[in-house]
Amino acid sequence: MTIVRVEVNGVQVEREVEARLLLSDFLRHELGLTGTHVGCEHGVCGACTVLVDGAAARSCLTLAVQCDEASVTTIEGLAQNGELHPVQAAFRESHALQCGFCTPGFVMAVTALLEERRGEILSDGEVREALAGNLCRCTGYQNIVRAVQLAAERLG
Amino acid sequence: MKPPPFDYHAPASLEEAVALRAADPDAALLAGGQSLVPMLNLRLARPSALIDLRRVGGLSYVRVGDGGVAVGAMTRQRELERSGDAFAACPLLREVLQLVGHPPIRNRGTVGGSIAHADPAAELPAALCALGGAVTVLGPQGARKIAAERLFLYPFTTSLERDEVLTEVFFPAPHAGSGYAALEFARRHGDFALAGVCAIVSNGSVRLCFTGVGGRPMVVDSEDPDAWQAAVDPSADAAGSADYRRRLVDVLGRRVLDLARSRSLR
Repeated sequence: MTIVRVEVNGVQVEREVEARLLLSDFLRHELGLTGTHVGCEHGVCGACTVLVDGAAARSCLTLAVQCDEASVTTIEGLAQNGELHPVQAAFRESHALQCGFCTPGFVMAVTALLEERRGEILSDGEVREALAGNLCRCTGYQNIVRAVQLAAERLG
Repeated sequence: MKPPPFDYHAPASLEEAVALRAADPDAALLAGGQSLVPMLNLRLARPSALIDLRRVGGLSYVRVGDGGVAVGAMTRQRELERSGDAFAACPLLREVLQLVGHPPIRNRGTVGGSIAHADPAAELPAALCALGGAVTVLGPQGARKIAAERLFLYPFTTSLERDEVLTEVFFPAPHAGSGYAALEFARRHGDFALAGVCAIVSNGSVRLCFTGVGGRPMVVDSEDPDAWQAAVDPSADAAGSADYRRRLVDVLGRRVLDLARSRSLR
């Protein structure tokens, strides 16, 4: 067992875990943060995307012990004071989700993308390429692209 | 779909990492984990222990000078991709890195990890071979350099000894005025390519390096498509037949040469 000290959504946590525990399972089973969804568990679907030190990462391809002394943000950490994050609000208004399974991963990937490309106008093609690592099986991509552009506009 | 049990070490120095590796031949080194962790999840790899290099300092840097770009083994792929200095010295690197997985993969994946993993369909090993680069490795007897052409032996197998740790990757900058290009064909952007190729052209010399169409990066110093076919050795899988990949070698080889030449100063 190995001790992990990690900041999750602004809260410092410390747990003793098996080294083989994936970050996705650490978040879901140790911390009860079940907003991070686990789809393929080998890095293809993007549903488990979280931010590690501000950068989008696959939590199923990251061991919890690798995040010792790091800061992790999950979908639960985006809303502030009961207000949806602009990316979440844009997804809701644009009907960018159907079953919602892939949504947390998309929202985290988009949050990192818009942080990185702040102030830029993103074409459909750029948005699609940036999100090529996130799969939606309800085929909701049209509205997801619209939601990203709406959020980009609002974040300015 | 969960990793099997393993012992875990997070040494604070390279010397400790080398000693741990020397002591346990079944241990695996963990860099960014973007190849190793999926292999653990799928139980394709069952190392006795992981030696995590995250606490080893001084392995994350991009230094431009001395005729090329020296990259610390633990440098995230995304950092090299974004480095303006590396782009100015060797623009092929950014073009190649943008073909590697997706941004969340490159945020975690390391340059040294991709080279040491030696996936025969990976892009960075092909770029290293096309540029004629080298790596620095550290073992119990000290450091040594290995040229790219002697590094990649077979799929997922390099010429590093079992007790050696890769510490630096050196990408030489092509001569000023050289043309460069990287292309690949994948079913979806970010997937492993069915075939890919890097090209460097300068003053009448041509070097191509194909990936995904043999057991290692396949270098060929010729603009003759027949020579490319003689150099590659593609195999078939669910994504495409060997003949289909040979056709891709022909098409991608012609396109990459056109693009590289259009960027060269003649």
